[in-house]
Amino acid sequence: MTSIGTGYDLSVSTYSPDGRVFQVEYAQKAVDNSGTAIGLRVKDGVVLAVEKIKHSRLLVPNSNKRIMTAGKHIGVASAGWMSDTRHLVKRVRDEAHNYHSIYKADIPAKIIAERMGMYVQAYTLYSAVRPFGVSTLLACKDKDGPQLYMLEPSGEYVGYRGCAAGKGKQVAKTEIEKLNLEELT
Amino acid sequence: MDPITLRLPHTVQRPQELTSYGPTTRTTQPIVTGTSVVAFKYKDGIIMAADCLGSYGSLARFRNEKRLTQVGEKTLLGVSGDISDYQYLQHKLEDMITHEYDMDDGQSLGTKSVYKYLSNIMYGRRNKFDPLWNAYVVGGIDNGEKVLGFVDMYATTYSSDTIATGFGSHLAQPILRRRVEGRTEQITEEEALEILDECMRVLFYRDCRTFNKLRRAKVTAQGVEISEPYSLETNWDFAEDIVGYGA
Repeated sequence: MTSIGTGYDLSVSTYSPDGRVFQVEYAQKAVDNSGTAIGLRVKDGVVLAVEKIKHSRLLVPNSNKRIMTAGKHIGVASAGWMSDTRHLVKRVRDEAHNYHSIYKADIPAKIIAERMGMYVQAYTLYSAVRPFGVSTLLACKDKDGPQLYMLEPSGEYVGYRGCAAGKGKQVAKTEIEKLNLEELT
Repeated sequence: MDPITLRLPHTVQRPQELTSYGPTTRTTQPIVTGTSVVAFKYKDGIIMAADCLGSYGSLARFRNEKRLTQVGEKTLLGVSGDISDYQYLQHKLEDMITHEYDMDDGQSLGTKSVYKYLSNIMYGRRNKFDPLWNAYVVGGIDNGEKVLGFVDMYATTYSSDTIATGFGSHLAQPILRRRVEGRTEQITEEEALEILDECMRVLFYRDCRTFNKLRRAKVTAQGVEISEPYSLETNWDFAEDIVGYGA
């Protein structure tokens, strides 16, 4: 499965001799082992979906939403640690609020994606903290229309027409690639 | 005897020419202001009116001001006093609403909550001796119950079937007390509009800081509705008979 880090994987502030940061890769593993999340950017919006894993019949419906709102034009879904997601969503809300306070406009998708990317990346610099174990799907509607970004534990973010994260991401990606997303509504 | 003024070095005491001379001060006067807001409960809910004027002292400067706004689903906010303080507060209330929206739990803040939130902000500022120079009228329907409250820059709050701010509290309130108090459930929308017109007309005649361009708004079970600007019919024939004042 994985190559053994042997001493180069103890903290995120250490490179391995072959140029890898193992802690970030392990964070990615955490994402890959959790419930799937899918995002599709279509003509007039973005659709986010998450796999619901009911681990108990005693769960109260609607009490643990995995798709969250951050302002009237941003939606967030994710695969990985839900607690990390909630932390990131709080940050998205704060960033959106601050932007609005200064510019009296909804924060554009590119800018919120960049800010969140920078934020997630910051946690890959210091040994005192651990990287976020989530791949976050940011769905945002701004002047340029609907947009979808995926943020990875490394801090990398890319804009997608369709993307998936989590356990079933390979299967999902294969299916998504078959769709003609530009034509769908 | 005149006080002797000493010119001390600037490191000891700042020169009086500098505007920041003296003790630290806060808001001492409003700049662009709105005049009265009149509101009362009637059969279907709450009705409120205010003119569209932002006065710059005695100058009728901004003649398309919106002094009635909707906050959330079923709350109407009317403002009189400093307009910039109101704009600051609008931003704060918008943030409150966005925060509620983010929670995504199917619930939204009712009128009583908006009223309390607003009152808390006003009280906090008053305690710092830096008030938001306004008088607010908060009206709405909360769980089927009609709510109509008042908050001012001293953070004095009270609720009543009839509320009026500014000159309205002197000129319109007696009219409202006679016609509305005790019979809110009998007043139809038609009569409510008529009572409102009577109050606003008196205010236009007698308050020098009004303008004959008003908006009215109502909150009913269907929600908030703010009208387009309209004007009142007035009769100034009596002015010919006035003796005195001017040449």
